Amino acid sequence: MQTPKTLVILALALSTTAFVAARANAEELTVISFGGAVQKAQEKAYYEPFSKETGIKIVAGEYNGEQAKIKAMVDTKNVTWDVVELESAELYRGCEEGLYEQLDFAKIGDTKNFVPKAVSECGIGTFVWSTVLAYDADKLTTRPASWQDFWDVRKFPGKRGLRKGAKFTLEIALLADGVKPADVYTVLGTKEGVERAFAKLDQIKPNLQWWEAGAQPPQMLAAGDLVMSSAYNGRIATAQKEGKNLKIVWSGSIYDADHWAIPTGTPKQALAYKFIAFASSPGPQKVYSSEIAYGPTNLKAVEALDPKRVADLPTAPKNLEGAVASNTQFWVEHGEELEQRFNAWAAK
Amino acid sequence: MSVAIEMDGGVPNLKARLRRAERLTKLKYIGLIIPLALFLLVTFLWPIGSLLYRAVANPEVIEALPRTTQALRGWDGETLPGDDVFDAFAGDLDGNRRSPVLAGAAKRLNMEEPGFRSVLINTARKLDRQPGQSAKDAILAVEPRWGDVSAWRLVARNGQLVTPFYILSALDLRITDDGAIVRAPDDQAIYVEILLRTLWMSVVVTALCMLLGYPLAYLLAQVSTGTGNLLMILVLLPFWTSVLVRVAAWIVLLQKEGPINKAMLALGLITEPLQLVFNRFGVYIAMVHILLPFVVLPLYAVMKSIKPAYVRAAISLGAPPFSAFWKIYFPLSLPGVGAGGLLVFILCMGYYITPALLGSPREQMASYFVAFYTNETINWGMAAALSAVLLSATMILYVIYARHFGPARANQITPR
Amino acid sequence: MREDTQLDQAEPLIRFRNVQKTYDGETLIVRDLTIDVQRGEFLTLLGPSGSGKTTCLMMLAGFETPTSGEIRLDGKVINRVPPHQRNIGIVFQNYALFPHMTVADNLRFPLQARKRPKAEIEERVAGALAMVRMDTFGARYPQQLSGGQQQRIALARALVFEPKLVLMDEPLGALDKQLREHMQLEIRQIHERLGVTVVYVTHDQGEALTMSDRIAVFNHGVIQQCDAPATLYEEPANAFVASFIGENNALDGRVEVAADGRCRVRLDDGSCIEARAADVREVGSPAMLSIRPERVHLNGAAAGAENRLTAAVEELIYLGDHVRIRMQVANNANFIAKLPISEVHGHMKPGDRMTIGVKADHVRAFAAPVG
Repeated sequence: MQTPKTLVILALALSTTAFVAARANAEELTVISFGGAVQKAQEKAYYEPFSKETGIKIVAGEYNGEQAKIKAMVDTKNVTWDVVELESAELYRGCEEGLYEQLDFAKIGDTKNFVPKAVSECGIGTFVWSTVLAYDADKLTTRPASWQDFWDVRKFPGKRGLRKGAKFTLEIALLADGVKPADVYTVLGTKEGVERAFAKLDQIKPNLQWWEAGAQPPQMLAAGDLVMSSAYNGRIATAQKEGKNLKIVWSGSIYDADHWAIPTGTPKQALAYKFIAFASSPGPQKVYSSEIAYGPTNLKAVEALDPKRVADLPTAPKNLEGAVASNTQFWVEHGEELEQRFNAWAAK
Repeated sequence: MSVAIEMDGGVPNLKARLRRAERLTKLKYIGLIIPLALFLLVTFLWPIGSLLYRAVANPEVIEALPRTTQALRGWDGETLPGDDVFDAFAGDLDGNRRSPVLAGAAKRLNMEEPGFRSVLINTARKLDRQPGQSAKDAILAVEPRWGDVSAWRLVARNGQLVTPFYILSALDLRITDDGAIVRAPDDQAIYVEILLRTLWMSVVVTALCMLLGYPLAYLLAQVSTGTGNLLMILVLLPFWTSVLVRVAAWIVLLQKEGPINKAMLALGLITEPLQLVFNRFGVYIAMVHILLPFVVLPLYAVMKSIKPAYVRAAISLGAPPFSAFWKIYFPLSLPGVGAGGLLVFILCMGYYITPALLGSPREQMASYFVAFYTNETINWGMAAALSAVLLSATMILYVIYARHFGPARANQITPR
Repeated sequence: MREDTQLDQAEPLIRFRNVQKTYDGETLIVRDLTIDVQRGEFLTLLGPSGSGKTTCLMMLAGFETPTSGEIRLDGKVINRVPPHQRNIGIVFQNYALFPHMTVADNLRFPLQARKRPKAEIEERVAGALAMVRMDTFGARYPQQLSGGQQQRIALARALVFEPKLVLMDEPLGALDKQLREHMQLEIRQIHERLGVTVVYVTHDQGEALTMSDRIAVFNHGVIQQCDAPATLYEEPANAFVASFIGENNALDGRVEVAADGRCRVRLDDGSCIEARAADVREVGSPAMLSIRPERVHLNGAAAGAENRLTAAVEELIYLGDHVRIRMQVANNANFIAKLPISEVHGHMKPGDRMTIGVKADHVRAFAAPVG
């Protein structure tokens, strides 16, 4: 398992099994998440305790966030996924397009107990995660401190990893170009801002290696294929726990929440609510954040966590300094246009 | 004979009977092919037809704003529409403020004008008509954008059930506000280049397959049946494993710390590991490896049917061995070259997984973007338009092939 | 031997000397072949399939190499000359006309290979087409021609570059009987007109007899006899040639007396036959007598013959100009007599017994074939 791409292949192979996973009896619930370390933590914090408590078996699957499968299920009224994990933009769009049920929060819990960003029409936030700058401290003597250093090819020669796509990449480019975190989306909303971001990316284009699955950056960093990379903070924390000396630069991180949602028309809606309510309660969320370094959305879970652990989470006040909150609205509106532009740029 | 006809009432009767007899035979034949015809219709023609239709289908705006689009039919397109249009618009929005149908229309309009999604959604959500206030005033109060003629042009343009938008986009073309077709700005133009790249990479892979496959097929056709069968099994061996496994194997072999780089480093051939994968080199290697059998099999079949007597005859007539090969054997093997080349080429044109896993963004071919639009942005119109462009390119090439190697010509040169 | 050849005024065009060929190192397909072919001669290699005749032809063409021995063409040893430099025209069994070329292009091919000037090429192609009376067919493709027409084109292609030697490998095998007989004559005429040397392979003895100056009869990789057609028919050298060429009645017996090219053989039923000795061995050895059906005389006509035998008529076959009578003679139940209609009496019927006579000159005695 040296190569990151083998992981992608495995993920592809596994996603087909998730797709195939049939709905056998009523006491099963199919929950689809992003897999990898996230799913491992979810199993420990949510799936297993939930099964133990209710006797309902969780059929766990994984996907890469592709909405096509869900749309196909909803359109053909053959919904076999009962609960799915979503990023904010997909939730927002899918909610408007009727892919997801509008949630009845009475069945989940008091909305006052959640961080404000977590509550939306069709979804309930399950954790806050962050895209950070990461590097292997064993391999770099001088330590990068910002996205400006990420661009400094002379000081840090070698390949850098970024997530393939416009989202996050353009924000990072603007941050590296000196735009203040608070102004990133205002600048990106203008034609000049987009030009500026791509011009900045042009500077290191030959040094870029694109990743697609969250598991790739820690591996590529550890294998020495990359000197630094953008990465999901939880994956880096997990790698640290496995003994790798990977480090995170919190300044300039971009955070967002992942959500649970119920695809429209699943016959197991009641069970799905039961699961989401369970997974949103303080106890399991605390376990989750202890397993993987993503911030809980239930305020009571934050209170219950070990303060030392809180320092590793994107939601820690210290880590939020100089961080950017991902703007869902912006990406819903400009995503298509900017992704195409990104594809055109990357393909040349 | 003639007596019999007269007894039955003359010639017309005989003809009718003949027709009846033939009709029965015809029905029998039709009955025999009906299952296949239905199968093809359901599994092939219908999907392709619906795919082509999706590339031009444009139902979203009409579904969401039926009265508005109707009212805009009579609009001159120059001045701000009249109250009737605003009334119809307000009525449409009243009907489905939060419906997925409106979101569909918003998504569709946002494709042509980024940012328009929130214009429409906000208008629908915030529109609150005070008593006595005209629809126009209420709408403009919520979203001043509706005071701009271009917004209405956008809606009017999508009041048609079919649109050239996707197909034009797939060819890097845009419709301007006043209906002219222009080239997309350079930083947005991508698909023509991708299509050309797809063609070019397919040409290179086909040529490499031919270069490697032709001598192999020739050898297979020459050796004794026993050896030939053994070699054929080796040729077919790759078919026994899935493409994914083979691609993964190539990654392992070609990566920076892979055995090939390590071996070359150890032998002192190179001092730095070479970048063999995640670039075009890796994609070519894996694609040639996967597609080679597809060129060897038809070539072998054709070569096996070329009698050795032809080459012997050419040699006996004074042609040196290579000249006999080139002037006699090679032309006779051309139907195999054509069939194998076409097969590989068409397979290449649709290749997705190998470039996606072994290439960088610069190696992605047309199918990658079809998958991108299908899976990631759920823009099936764009996916269908790209597929349609790819399909057309393939068809054009097939027509060219048929002209040169097609049945009519093949008949003439097929060895007997 | 060597002195002999030097004395010859006209050196033979082809000389095979002790040529052997084996494919697997165990069995010899051709064993110890020695034969000369004279200039302008039409030599046919005749024999059953697997007898080695086609292998000989292929060695001459250069597609097979002799395992030992030497082949000379025009005085030069050609064992190591590659086939395209031998300048030999070949007509293949299924013509091997190039299907992707027109008839004219097929004929141009050998001339273009020899880099002849364009004008000469066109002239020769026209000439060759005229020779086989196919003048108007130049633009056709081979598939558009009938079998006989393809045969003519193949012939024209083998001759158009004016080789001294033309090899033909069962060229008429694919044609129907009538067309085959017509083409036999045509090939023969072209041979006479051009004076080219032809080595012709066939397994059809009728074809061989019609066309050849000389016929070499092959069996088991050995030439059994090489002679003019008449000699071959009238004076076969051994039992194989006698039974392979023409119709033949065989009677088995043992040699009693042998001297001066004559011998007496006692048949299994006790009767004695005087015969010309061909390759009979010592007294007491088994022998096979060969009598051609047209040399058998019945009853009165039998009076002048040295040999008298008793025969029982089994069957009469009326064939218009002659009658075939199948009878039991000695231990042979398929003994055939072929008689002109005028010599057959109307009252003859199956079951009749009679005396038949054969002149000693018309009976040939061979050593009985082994096996």
